[in-house]
Amino acid sequence: MQVTSPVREPLVTGGKTIHDVTEDVCSRVEQAPTKSWMVAMVASISLLLFGSYFVYRTLWDGIGMWGLNKTVGWAWDITNFVWWVGIGHAGTLISAVLLLFRQKWRTSINRAAEAMTIFAVICAAMFPLVHMGRVWIGFLWALPLPNTFGSLWVNFNSPLLWDVFAISTYFSVSLVFWYIGLIPDFGTIRDRAKNPISKAIYGALSMGWSGSAKAWMHYEAVSLILAGLATPLVLSVHTIVSFDFATSVIPGWHTTIFPPYFVAGAIFSGFAMVLTLMLVTRKVYKLEDYITMTHIEYMNYVIITTGSIVGCAYITEFFVAWYSGVEAEQYAFINRMTGPYWWAYWSMMACNVISPQAFWFKRVRRSLKLTFILSIIVNIGMWFERFVIIVTSLHRDFLPSSWAMFYPTRYDVGFYLFTFGLFFTLFFAFAKFFPVINMAEVKSVLKSSSGEIADKK
Amino acid sequence: MSAPKNYLIGIYDDEDVLLHGVKKVRDNNVKIYEVFTPFPVHGLEHALGYERSRLPIAAFLFGGLGTTLALLMMTYMMGIDWPMIIGGKDHIAFPDFIPVTFELTVLLAAFGMVGTFFVMVGLKPYATAEVYDVRQTDDKHVMIVDLDKNKMDEEVLRQIIKDSGASEVNDSNRGLNNEKQQEEYAV
Repeated sequence: MQVTSPVREPLVTGGKTIHDVTEDVCSRVEQAPTKSWMVAMVASISLLLFGSYFVYRTLWDGIGMWGLNKTVGWAWDITNFVWWVGIGHAGTLISAVLLLFRQKWRTSINRAAEAMTIFAVICAAMFPLVHMGRVWIGFLWALPLPNTFGSLWVNFNSPLLWDVFAISTYFSVSLVFWYIGLIPDFGTIRDRAKNPISKAIYGALSMGWSGSAKAWMHYEAVSLILAGLATPLVLSVHTIVSFDFATSVIPGWHTTIFPPYFVAGAIFSGFAMVLTLMLVTRKVYKLEDYITMTHIEYMNYVIITTGSIVGCAYITEFFVAWYSGVEAEQYAFINRMTGPYWWAYWSMMACNVISPQAFWFKRVRRSLKLTFILSIIVNIGMWFERFVIIVTSLHRDFLPSSWAMFYPTRYDVGFYLFTFGLFFTLFFAFAKFFPVINMAEVKSVLKSSSGEIADKK
Repeated sequence: MSAPKNYLIGIYDDEDVLLHGVKKVRDNNVKIYEVFTPFPVHGLEHALGYERSRLPIAAFLFGGLGTTLALLMMTYMMGIDWPMIIGGKDHIAFPDFIPVTFELTVLLAAFGMVGTFFVMVGLKPYATAEVYDVRQTDDKHVMIVDLDKNKMDEEVLRQIIKDSGASEVNDSNRGLNNEKQQEEYAV
């Protein structure tokens, strides 16, 4: 017989039955969109359209529209790229790593977190593609395809190419993982659908899933192995992203601490974004019984842990710069703290190191309002972290005569806003047409971790 | 649609009852055609006597293929077809090949395994789902017993399923995707 822990809080509250889970999740897909959803969607599409103008100008006139110069040849584009990729990491972490560790609390939040991963990676990929100058042939240049320039191949010694492989593998494996998880739930929606159009659409999406014992047995094997494959993949992706910097010879980038430091930062910002989205989704869709205070508190634990790792990494970087005795390295770090970009450095420290420490207090950890505010602060802080690493190391070149500052143009800002519009449009469309909660998985933990059983005890 | 088969459909409300039920029904020498559940029920495959999924083997083989292809591709491109010294590194610089090799291993393992899974389970767009009771993807566990395959009296079989803990034993011939049932159920 199933045993409910007397110590742990239930993961699903409100005494839900299995049928209630189906009703609660499917009714959001079946019913007409709510007013708050419409408002959110209109706002996202407006932002997308507004940003499209700047994307169009960047593509038409070239990336000279951005504020880059000869000294700072990478700035907002690569900052945004690394930031968006980092956002994506929490999705895979929740779905894969927590599945491997048999953490049941992942079940209510994994679906939306995985969707977030996919949309964030789409946003991230736009920046390096556009930075290549001609986005329409960018893919041809980056992939090892025979080309018209003779038998000239891509350079497999370059971390920038490793990025291409890492990001495209990460994207496609995450997409497959997400879709595999959706198939049983599409089956449920298909069997409930009255409308022939939705029946046909969800029928096609569910691919004939009927939930036989044999199918579930194979399904479980697939999920577990995909999780096993995705876990090192998460670590490899951000490690390789960090190689873009770490394998160079620029002071402030050329450090062995980068891979773990970037991975921790990615999880940190990813969880912050999951929290931001979950708190909104929970409220809009009234999913308080599924995404409970316990879930939010657990995510906050991850934020304190990774935030502290990131803080430790900042201090380690300073120590190593001092201990190495390399003057250029020491200068790079003093310049970060006291140079012209001091404000970015101190914003990063305040947002990433100091603010998440508030989660040590239970009252903060379990407060929706404070969690929401802090999750946004962490995301801002992590954006500054990438900006500080990239721009402060670049703007003081090896030749003082070429030292320069970077100022973003409206095209830099507009492009970034475009990716926000794209991300939220995709996310809200997902939240309306797809089951936001993984019904099959929640149903399977309902008996051992729901409030219904706990109440009876 | 082909002529509906002669089935007995046992409906179970609870996964633990189902697990015991499957054992009891099989102990009575009844062959179960298949069990459908809305979520994975652990131990059901053992109760039904299925062999372990061999998908891990497929994943391993596809992963190995990915590793091999990646190393051959890079060795050919960088070492044979157009050798160039970049950054003072060897033409065939294995340490530099590791990241791409890893990614292609994971990519092929994942896609190969998922493709195999689709084929094994018979999943494809617009494949007809075997829905005997629309509640099987909602909250009920459904056991299907083929009357033609079991040389037993229908009433005896019905009693065995009932005794194993089924809350209902429905008649056969309701057919696949019964639209009438769906209308009753749909909200």
